Amino acid sequence: MTTRIVELRRGILKKNDELAAGLRQRYASAGLLVLNLVSSPGTGKTAFLERTLRELLASGAKAAALVGDLETDNDARRLAASGAPVRQINTHGICHLEAEMVGKHLEGWDLAALDYLFIENVGNLVCPSSYDLGEKIRVALLSVTEGEDKPLKYPTLFNSADAAVITKIDIAEACEFDRDLALRNINEIRPGIRIFETSSKTGAGMVEWLAYLNEERVRRQ
Amino acid sequence: MHELSIVSSVVDTVMETLAAYPGAKVKEVRLRVGALAAVVEDSLQFCYGIATEGTDLEGSKLVVHVVPVLMHCVPCAQDVELAGLQSFRCPRCGEPVLDLRQGRELEVESIEIDEVEEKA
Repeated sequence: MTTRIVELRRGILKKNDELAAGLRQRYASAGLLVLNLVSSPGTGKTAFLERTLRELLASGAKAAALVGDLETDNDARRLAASGAPVRQINTHGICHLEAEMVGKHLEGWDLAALDYLFIENVGNLVCPSSYDLGEKIRVALLSVTEGEDKPLKYPTLFNSADAAVITKIDIAEACEFDRDLALRNINEIRPGIRIFETSSKTGAGMVEWLAYLNEERVRRQ
Repeated sequence: MHELSIVSSVVDTVMETLAAYPGAKVKEVRLRVGALAAVVEDSLQFCYGIATEGTDLEGSKLVVHVVPVLMHCVPCAQDVELAGLQSFRCPRCGEPVLDLRQGRELEVESIEIDEVEEKA
């Protein structure tokens, strides 16, 4: 017997990273802006996306969504009411979406006919941060009911985000939400990130959010 | 808890490598894990026992090297190591740091194996 050390230096998520790189190329050549929405369960990702899809479609833009959950197609049915093409991804116990699942659920869609694709990740602030889905923009969402220190508790996710959305600001006062502290904490983890303060119920902040989407889409074409 | 998926990928990677060393026994698998990689060593260790059961990796040791976060500080014109993950500011000058140079690694660094000697 001889003992030998074999150097590998191989990325553990190499397969996912390669698939994500392929997806990113497909999105780019289709002129499609892809966003990956990540938050805890209950932040209001689906409500925020419902409102976003509705307003985008009303403005004449073409948007579609993939929505990840462990089980049920409840969210896909909610989102489909907007009129946008929507597909549900059921992960059956897996706590995050992977590039392979996304690729599989895009089959048959003409990406070149779309302007935006939203991927609503499984509600989880830890695991989705490791899995690239080929998105251009990763959006971290945080609701006023969750506590201003969430970015400090989950730095791995917030530091990987390109934009942050605070949801449910219509009930901020009732929750004694400390806005300045929340903004400061987000900036400690991801300095200079764009932050949108929104309410899916009243529509607050949606004008800024939609303008940002449009800017990003035009900039990337 | 995505550590089980991660450990399963580690097992697959090592098995592929082992194909070149028939009959070899794995003693140790060494990982490089960034402090920002969102994986927990205890969970990796726990899952490793489960994922290696019945494979050529069964009984081997998992060693996790945690790689600190390095950010590039523009005013200081150098890479700086963050003291923790609670503040992305340069520990020298206090300015915000945006450019991540190291800390999200998730890789199999090397494996230690016992090779079977070829009989002449």
